[in-house]
Amino acid sequence: MVTAVLSDADLRWRAWEAASQVVDPEIPVLTIADLGVLRDVQVRDGRVEVAITPTYSGCPAMNMIELEIELALERAGIARPTIRTVLSPPWTTDWMSEDGRNKLRAYGIAPPQASSSRRALFGEQQVACPQCGSGDTELLSEFGSTSCKALWRCKACREPFDYFKCH
Amino acid sequence: MAAANITVSETPLVLYTLRRADDALILGHRLSEWCGHAPMLEEDMALANMGLDLLGQARELYSYAAKVEGGRNDEDKFAYLRDVRQYRNLLLLEQPNGDFARTTVRQFFYAAFADLYWRAMMRSSDPTLSAIAAKSEKESAYHVRHSSEWLIRLGDGTEESHRRAQAAIDELWAFTGEMFSVDDSERGLIDAGIAIDPAPLRPQWLNTISSVVSEATLALPDNDWMQQGGRSGRHSEHLGHLLSELQSIQRSFPGATW
Ligand SMILES: [Zn+2]
Repeated sequence: MVTAVLSDADLRWRAWEAASQVVDPEIPVLTIADLGVLRDVQVRDGRVEVAITPTYSGCPAMNMIELEIELALERAGIARPTIRTVLSPPWTTDWMSEDGRNKLRAYGIAPPQASSSRRALFGEQQVACPQCGSGDTELLSEFGSTSCKALWRCKACREPFDYFKCH
Repeated sequence: MAAANITVSETPLVLYTLRRADDALILGHRLSEWCGHAPMLEEDMALANMGLDLLGQARELYSYAAKVEGGRNDEDKFAYLRDVRQYRNLLLLEQPNGDFARTTVRQFFYAAFADLYWRAMMRSSDPTLSAIAAKSEKESAYHVRHSSEWLIRLGDGTEESHRRAQAAIDELWAFTGEMFSVDDSERGLIDAGIAIDPAPLRPQWLNTISSVVSEATLALPDNDWMQQGGRSGRHSEHLGHLLSELQSIQRSFPGATW
């Protein structure tokens, strides 16, 4: 058994490496580490404990993500990890990595605007088209194909696109 | 054989948590009834998305209630194995969807309240409740904005949409008082800093409601008489119909899983 010969620090590192490769089932270019859904990995008495946080309360991807983490850890030789869901501090789009934002844009989804302040929620937003980069865009619907996205349209290239909502 | 109701030991904290969980589940279920029927595709997705937010909040709250109660029940048992009189949701939220105006007004009245309520609950001395509040508050902010925009479009739209929106306001108004009322059980939690008192939120709620309603060229009734009962399990006939659908699988095939 691999876990028996690794120090806690090595085990934690190996578990983090494995868990951080798990991708969001709805946005497969983003890993849960890019998204900020993976919060923490701890080792307690030789057992691995992974903490994750949901983007939205009802995010249906969470169960799938838990399962994927278990499988990824198993492949790395780590059996029966505990997976905990933490709510505090709540996830915001600020948890998303810069790398994640770039991957999102390259995938055709406009990344969330940097600040997730409450004022931004009610103010005018300007979202650049991920296809052509134009700022001449308009909101079609606040609620898009998943809880975390809104539907926008670019008036320059005429393409509709998803925007990862500020949260 | 039909599955029997569970019994719940309703300590003040369990009761408090179940009341909020039931609010979220029942309204979330109502919104899900629109799936495939909304007036346009974008709205179909919006209603389902808001329903999903509420379902997520309900799950967190039920799980917490189960933990506080000591683990003999769980989120599924709370949802599927309690009857009408054991449900503790606001009467407003079990009211049928009716037309799109009625759904919009119900959503607007509640979301404008929930937004203020959850924001205030972030100060709860109970760490789980304050974490759930912080999550729910963000989601409610979207729900208020969405339903406000629709109410303005409907009220300030055609003669028909205006008439329907006004009728919905007039019909649902009497259910709004219950959001701000508190009983002895909850008073104790408020005094202990676990819950917040909703009554002082009413002026701010009324302010938001009034400004949107007037922009929508609609009017609030001046009727002050308010209907109550949901918090203590006295419901309208509509909840029974809703639950018979929501619970049908678990009641007919106890313990069925996917
Ligand atoms: Zn474009």
